[in-house]
Amino acid sequence: MFESFLFSTIHLATPYLYASMGETLGQRSGVLNLGLEGTMLMGALAAFLTVVRTGSLGLGLLAALAAGLAMAFLLIVVSVVFKGEQGISGIGLYLFGLGLAGVLYRLTSGGARTVDGFPALELRWLGPVLSGHNLLTYLAFALVPLTALLLDRTRFGLHVKAVGQNPQAADALGISVTRTRALAVAIAGMLGGLAGASLSIANLNLFQEDMIAGRGFIAVALVYFGRWNPWGVLGGVLLFASVSSLQLWIQMARLSIPSELALMLPYLLTIAVMAFTPRRRSEPAALGVAFER
Amino acid sequence: MKRLDFLPALVALTGSFLLGGLLLAALGVNPCQAYEAMVAGSLGSLKGLAQTLSKSIPLVLVGLGTIVAFQARIFNIGAEGQMLVGALAGTALGLALPALPGPILLPMVLAAGVTAGALWAGLAGSLKARFGVNEILSTVMLNQVALQLMNFLLSGPMLDPAEIAAGTRIPQSAALPAQIWLPRLIPRTTLHAGLLLLPLLAGAVYFLLRRTTLGFELRAVGLSPLAARYAGIGVENRLVLAMVVSGALAGLAGIVEVTGLHHRSLEGMTGGAGFAGIVAALLGRLDPRWLLPAGTLFAALLVGADKMQRTMQVPASLAIALQGLILCLLVSAEAWERRRRGV
Repeated sequence: MFESFLFSTIHLATPYLYASMGETLGQRSGVLNLGLEGTMLMGALAAFLTVVRTGSLGLGLLAALAAGLAMAFLLIVVSVVFKGEQGISGIGLYLFGLGLAGVLYRLTSGGARTVDGFPALELRWLGPVLSGHNLLTYLAFALVPLTALLLDRTRFGLHVKAVGQNPQAADALGISVTRTRALAVAIAGMLGGLAGASLSIANLNLFQEDMIAGRGFIAVALVYFGRWNPWGVLGGVLLFASVSSLQLWIQMARLSIPSELALMLPYLLTIAVMAFTPRRRSEPAALGVAFER
Repeated sequence: MKRLDFLPALVALTGSFLLGGLLLAALGVNPCQAYEAMVAGSLGSLKGLAQTLSKSIPLVLVGLGTIVAFQARIFNIGAEGQMLVGALAGTALGLALPALPGPILLPMVLAAGVTAGALWAGLAGSLKARFGVNEILSTVMLNQVALQLMNFLLSGPMLDPAEIAAGTRIPQSAALPAQIWLPRLIPRTTLHAGLLLLPLLAGAVYFLLRRTTLGFELRAVGLSPLAARYAGIGVENRLVLAMVVSGALAGLAGIVEVTGLHHRSLEGMTGGAGFAGIVAALLGRLDPRWLLPAGTLFAALLVGADKMQRTMQVPASLAIALQGLILCLLVSAEAWERRRRGV
């Protein structure tokens, strides 16, 4: 019972980990991507269609990366190059992804509904909770220390933090704010694409136009909750996934709570968590602020 | 309002339709034919025109709410959810008191919708003012909560008894008593009397923002919260108020859709107006006067896209993608213009 609860917590955490680790990187560089939801949907669709056509899961992942990168490119043009208002451009990106995925799916899927996605890996020696997940889930958890290393132990990570904290000073030191932010957003976009793929070709193995169901927006909120620190964000993801897992359990246990009300839980929790997260202290100082030399 | 202010809007419109056309061409659809089908479907006949005007009603109401909030620089993205709770609250009240005469019941039902929308948005406003919760995120979350609330109510407590009897259980409420249906302006079309609200409320919002102390304070908070605080304006208080007014208008949009068009609560009753209204408001440069044409344009886009889906098998989602492109191009063009003018 408890083991299955932990198992599904890990399972459910997967898409949030990809999305929120990427978003952490982007926000540390000072760019808020509210369009993550749209990026995830495009990633999910690209992976799904590719696997339907070719049967190759590797190509599916590549397609998701490419779709995420393409969406990131749009955001880079709008928010980094033209320096448009980030809150609005994010909503634009979300609507664009939502609409485009709808058009592409209906015109090209040929009615395919499900795919054979990444299989569960039986790694008995890991025990019942950690064994039996798919490859993308294991990779998602590996991403956390990698993101932390990238931010804290590499020159690029240092640049990202510098342009997110004080772009003028970084610029004066010869760091290109535009290039650093563009690169951070590009990586974040690819991870957003993978987040979508982890749903469409690994966890759910299907595509629906409403399949992201707010997960992208939640991933953005989790970055705030985790105070822009990969480990903090991991904590947020696990807390969130455990509540979602609890909600599944409520449904399966056929308690007298209506499933719709149980489905509200994760969203209400996100709001509550944002309310009780101490304000500002660790927020990148230039988050959401366009850089003017 | 200077002439050049419309350059970004024009750039955004032209650019997004061009890009949309390229996309269609890449997918093997003739873009000229697709756009022609859109225009013909939305503006080419009395019925289409009536549908477009009817569709503009929720868009403009949501857009007016967007203007009030965005002028105070609090970004209310939650109009979808506020429309839903407004529609549900009004429907519940209307179904609870079916014997009351229309002139008494209708105002009560509308007030219920307005109140529900105002509270739903006010919640996000208070969270912002009290705890610093990012309002974009909280309103998006509240959209999802409202959606689940609707699913719950329409498949359980508010489910139409006729659906239970027939065993079909389509999630929708019973029909509202006919005395509170808004009259149709043109018989045998969808155009209803809600249209008359638009110039009235657009005027009211213009007056509120431009001619009243409160409107001045809201705009001051939007331009510089710090300066507003030094001027003695209670910034938190005004932020909540901006959200409440914004949500009230979205709630009104929801209940007007129900009393004017659907005559009951049902899935998909917002018709995407909660997002399209926001885009229309931004395209109209957050000016109530320009929202009326912008709202009509977006209504034509949505109605036309539905028609295009039926005649050309091009998915109506194209309209959503175009809205997204319009927003992206709009903020780019605005930022570019701002810098060019050195402001």
